[in-house]
Amino acid sequence: MSAAGRTVRPVSIASFAQAQSVRRESERNEAESLHPVIAEVFANIGITKDDVDFICSGSTDYLIGGPFSFVMALDAVGVWPPRSESHVEMDGAWALYEAWVLLQEGEVDAALVYSFGRSSLGDLNEILTLQLDPYYEAPLWPDIVSLNALQARALIDSGKATEADFAAVASRSRRDALANPKAQVRKDVPVEELLEDEYVVAPLRRHALPPITDGAAAIVLAAGDKALQWSERPVWITGFDHRMETHSLGARDLTVSPSTAKAAEVAGVADGKVDIAEIHAPFAHQELIVAEALGLDDSVVINPSGGPLAANPLMSAGLIRIGEAASRIAAGQADRAVAHATSGPCLQQNLVCVLEGA
Amino acid sequence: MADEQTDAAGPVTMLATPIRLDFEFTPGIAQSKFLRGLERGEFLGQRCGTCGKVYVPSRGTCPTDGVPTTEDVLLGNSGTVTTFCVVNVPFAGQSIEIPYICAQILLDGANLSFMGLIQEIPTDQIRMGMRVEAVWVDESELIPSLASVRYFRPTGEPDADYDTYKEYL
Repeated sequence: MSAAGRTVRPVSIASFAQAQSVRRESERNEAESLHPVIAEVFANIGITKDDVDFICSGSTDYLIGGPFSFVMALDAVGVWPPRSESHVEMDGAWALYEAWVLLQEGEVDAALVYSFGRSSLGDLNEILTLQLDPYYEAPLWPDIVSLNALQARALIDSGKATEADFAAVASRSRRDALANPKAQVRKDVPVEELLEDEYVVAPLRRHALPPITDGAAAIVLAAGDKALQWSERPVWITGFDHRMETHSLGARDLTVSPSTAKAAEVAGVADGKVDIAEIHAPFAHQELIVAEALGLDDSVVINPSGGPLAANPLMSAGLIRIGEAASRIAAGQADRAVAHATSGPCLQQNLVCVLEGA
Repeated sequence: MADEQTDAAGPVTMLATPIRLDFEFTPGIAQSKFLRGLERGEFLGQRCGTCGKVYVPSRGTCPTDGVPTTEDVLLGNSGTVTTFCVVNVPFAGQSIEIPYICAQILLDGANLSFMGLIQEIPTDQIRMGMRVEAVWVDESELIPSLASVRYFRPTGEPDADYDTYKEYL
């Protein structure tokens, strides 16, 4: 296949590791938090940093409030001898995309992708405001919860969903997280009880919001012989695409996600049965929008890991979706999975990755 | 045509959008040890178990080998100037009278130099290889910050051999 978004050269998710998601990492700095994750992602398949030809990371300096934090994070890897390295100021899922493109070209066979972020160091609601248009939107400081409440309200007004639907997403996510020791919010609370929560910003009640999470994640990508050597059951990326919508919130219909739909089309989501989907929808109502855009039917198991409502480490939560989906295929619990990542306000930008077992 | 479209007051060329964000800082386990050392009037580094290099301050991992630095190493109070510059340019917020010397100092026993202020010497006498020592604030004023080091000054020892610091320029 040579169509955009489809695999030219088979690339596998050879290894995945993630940090314990916590509300606050108050002792360790970025390199200290990241190092055990990097060590684990290599140890899983018995390799070292010398076995990867390329390194790509995803993070943002706005979370830590310090410049070039991604350069300092490289201390956790140890880049000697000098290595080809890149960084995206985006979720690690996009770093994975960059590495995947490089592996397609065939010059390298293995890549380390990682992401990190501590959402707890500043006022996240204000920090995320700075991703808005800097001239007309950001100076008004609309906080990100309020913007997502506008999206949720639009969804209710469209007749597509109710507050109970949001609560159902939150209830299922945190119940499923009971089986995920790395998740942060793990509890079984029925929908009726969640609907008694206070509103944070109507129509979003407390349960419809993601937790604030510090975390990190890493994936090793492999192609060629290495993909076969490093995995008993390689998990292949068979489709991969990302699309974005206009920056202007007022110009978008917030109840739909055409960028997700386009990415899903290009990545070939509909080409086969989807067993599970890991959706990066930080706010409960967004899962409904993304699931519709991906064209998923009721048979698809959504976010068996608990998803971002159970742990939302900024810059890593998207990469973790890909890792979680791949892990289930590797374990034989699924044959074909879709992983999704989002970036920007109210699902502005979306990435879709299709994974299949050998 | 352009003139017809431009408001009489002319185009807006500047837009002020004030932004302020506050963050908490987490130095980390290794850097906290370094900062607590400064509070005691000591330079505390950490050694990499793989390459043997001593970092001061350590950020917790060896940037060369990518392994945690776990062995604490107490360093001396003296070191060698590896390179320097003389600051002659005034700038906003300057707290030191110009001209003054800013130098990279390799503490004895360390494999990483850091920046320090050199005083008690005419600026035209600073040179690579000069031996210097830290002058600390009074004990009651020690805090977990490099502000606890007032400056470095010449020790009067003979200059260090170039070979001892050529790897750290």
